[in-house]
Amino acid sequence: MSTGDSSTPIGKARGLGSAREGGEHWLTERVTSIALLLLGTWFIASILLLPKLDPATLLEWLRAPSGAIPMALLVVVGFKHALDGMKVFVDDYVHEPGSNFVINTLLLFFAVAGGAISLYALAVLSFGAAS
Amino acid sequence: MIVSILHRATGIALSVAGLAVLTWWLMALAHGPEAYATFEKASHSWIGLVVLIGLTWSFFQHLLSGIRHLVMDTGAAFELGVNKTFAILTIVGSVILTALLWAWLLGVRP
Repeated sequence: MSTGDSSTPIGKARGLGSAREGGEHWLTERVTSIALLLLGTWFIASILLLPKLDPATLLEWLRAPSGAIPMALLVVVGFKHALDGMKVFVDDYVHEPGSNFVINTLLLFFAVAGGAISLYALAVLSFGAAS
Repeated sequence: MIVSILHRATGIALSVAGLAVLTWWLMALAHGPEAYATFEKASHSWIGLVVLIGLTWSFFQHLLSGIRHLVMDTGAAFELGVNKTFAILTIVGSVILTALLWAWLLGVRP
């Protein structure tokens, strides 16, 4: 990244593509994708291996730490990866800076809200309370 | 080309419908048997099944073509033949995995 006037020309340019940013985003998208490869496989395998898919069985599965923790991670990493992916899509098609900002901000709000609702649900079903 | 478009389309489907269903499912579980019964009724209707099977296929397609993209990020598999075979395999794989999963859920599971 650029470190100001004292850096050499190559030092200023390094890490900056024509967009001047995005390296971080690109890498995060890949790291979360690898995490989701594991978490997604865990989720599908769990659904397949559960003896039944009735509420009692599902709750027993998700109340145990072995279910609750990966599920919380799946929610957080899933929403993050979805947000990063949607941003790529929006940036490709919405070029007007104002609209781009508005849509990306709305997506951020939706992703954070969705993640919060899912984690809240997971907390309620794990620790009881409102039923 | 088609696999690249599918990667986007399935990514959007999973982001919008997939996460919405996941959130609904967790909320329904948290809110007790009645709420869960509503979710179950919707998911067992034919339109619910179409959505769930569609999301399952989207998941496998996105996962497999995601692996393909990760491999290509390393600079590998750009040769025309290899690249095309890999692309076709993602579709064949996602359809087979979806079929197996739903065969298991809807019938084979003891």
